[in-house]
Amino acid sequence: MEDTQSILQVALDLIVGADAELVEIVGLSLRVSLGAVAIACVLGFPLGAAIGSARFPGRGVVIVLLNTMMGLPPVVVGLAVYLLLSNAGPLGPLGLLYTPTAMILAQTVLVTPIIAALSRQVLENLHDEYDDQFRSLGLTRRQTIAALLWEGRYSLLTVSLAGFGRAIAEVGAVIIVGGNIKHVTRVMTTAIALETSKGDLSLAFALGLLLVSVAVIVNLCVMGLRRIGGVAEGV
Amino acid sequence: MSSAFGEALPLAARGIVIEVDGQRLLDSVSLELRAGPRSVIIGPNGAGKSLLLRVFHGLAQPTEGEVHSGGRRLEPSSLRKQGMVFQHPVLLRRTVAANLRFALHARGSRGKELRRRCDRWLEEAGLEHLATRPARVLSGGERQRLAIARTLSLEPEILLLDEPTASLDPASIPAIERMIDEAHAAGTKIVLVTQDLGQARRLADEVIFLHRGRIEARGPAPGFFSRPGCARAEAFLAGDVVD
Repeated sequence: MEDTQSILQVALDLIVGADAELVEIVGLSLRVSLGAVAIACVLGFPLGAAIGSARFPGRGVVIVLLNTMMGLPPVVVGLAVYLLLSNAGPLGPLGLLYTPTAMILAQTVLVTPIIAALSRQVLENLHDEYDDQFRSLGLTRRQTIAALLWEGRYSLLTVSLAGFGRAIAEVGAVIIVGGNIKHVTRVMTTAIALETSKGDLSLAFALGLLLVSVAVIVNLCVMGLRRIGGVAEGV
Repeated sequence: MSSAFGEALPLAARGIVIEVDGQRLLDSVSLELRAGPRSVIIGPNGAGKSLLLRVFHGLAQPTEGEVHSGGRRLEPSSLRKQGMVFQHPVLLRRTVAANLRFALHARGSRGKELRRRCDRWLEEAGLEHLATRPARVLSGGERQRLAIARTLSLEPEILLLDEPTASLDPASIPAIERMIDEAHAAGTKIVLVTQDLGQARRLADEVIFLHRGRIEARGPAPGFFSRPGCARAEAFLAGDVVD
């Protein structure tokens, strides 16, 4: 077992030297997680706005279900997507299993309920504030949803961050549907798990440092956007 | 302004009842508002003034009774001929001009026409120098002027105002009242709810006194202020506490 100081030294050397394998893993991690979050936002924001701005029978049940789905166990989602994409599954002929697309799909399933449930809460509060005004202006349902999404844009950025946090740190689902194949589906979390089990703590530690750094950088970018836009528009 | 006393008038409430938990907030209110005079609704807190305005505007559904606009039951198309200004203006998290553009765009205005109307109403509201300022950082009076301009830019036949100056400092009130006056002069029917008796005297052509969900007195101003024809209204106008 290496001592802590040498692990740290090797990890920093890998990062500073932009080790090719490391860069590849980080790149794929970002591609998968950002792709999944983008799709989840496209699906989840309008869904959250629709539920947040509508009153219908059974709405409470829908909200409870949506909130419950925020805690979907990743391995269960991984297994479900695996069954869907395996040769015997309905989407088997597409040959997506053990590809980054399968990993994006699994993460989308995990992240969409988070985005939808959190945006529902944000947009419902906005809807309460704007409802009379929007009805007075004669907005259609579609215009109302579009306006709510735009008015809530900065809060929704934070919602998307929550989704990104879940996606980038996720390991259970992506390892099942991706298989952690070197140069194909290996991402930071699955690589950390593998390297730790192999005893290569330097690479695992370097990846861990990068994982945290990526999360911090993405958060800083989004918060910067929020601050700049918010100041400019008095939000 | 292109609107004239037209299709949306008269605006009539017929036997309106709103009952919540066994309490009648509006109790068999029948009221017809005709083209022309500025109608001012006054009354103590909890009389149902704002609620009546919301019923007229389709924002509150009566337990009993109907609202008719232009002789027909109130429907979405007739609601588009009304505009409502709320006590606390609800402005979008956008610039002053973008708030106006949003309303105009929602009603189908596009391109040069949209820009022309936006510029015109920025000027009418005296806000042209603040066009690019975030709407939410305006002063209370400026915010209300923007809210009124946004509503008037849609050229409503009827303008419903729910205590538009209640939360403003006195210095901001004349500009708001000027906008209301100009809208009236341009042909918009004004229906104003106010607690401010001075404002009622300045703006009313006819006064409606509401108490505990019922219309207890109605008459043309200024006669109403000297002889409202109802002891409770008289007490209210004298500044007494009315139960």
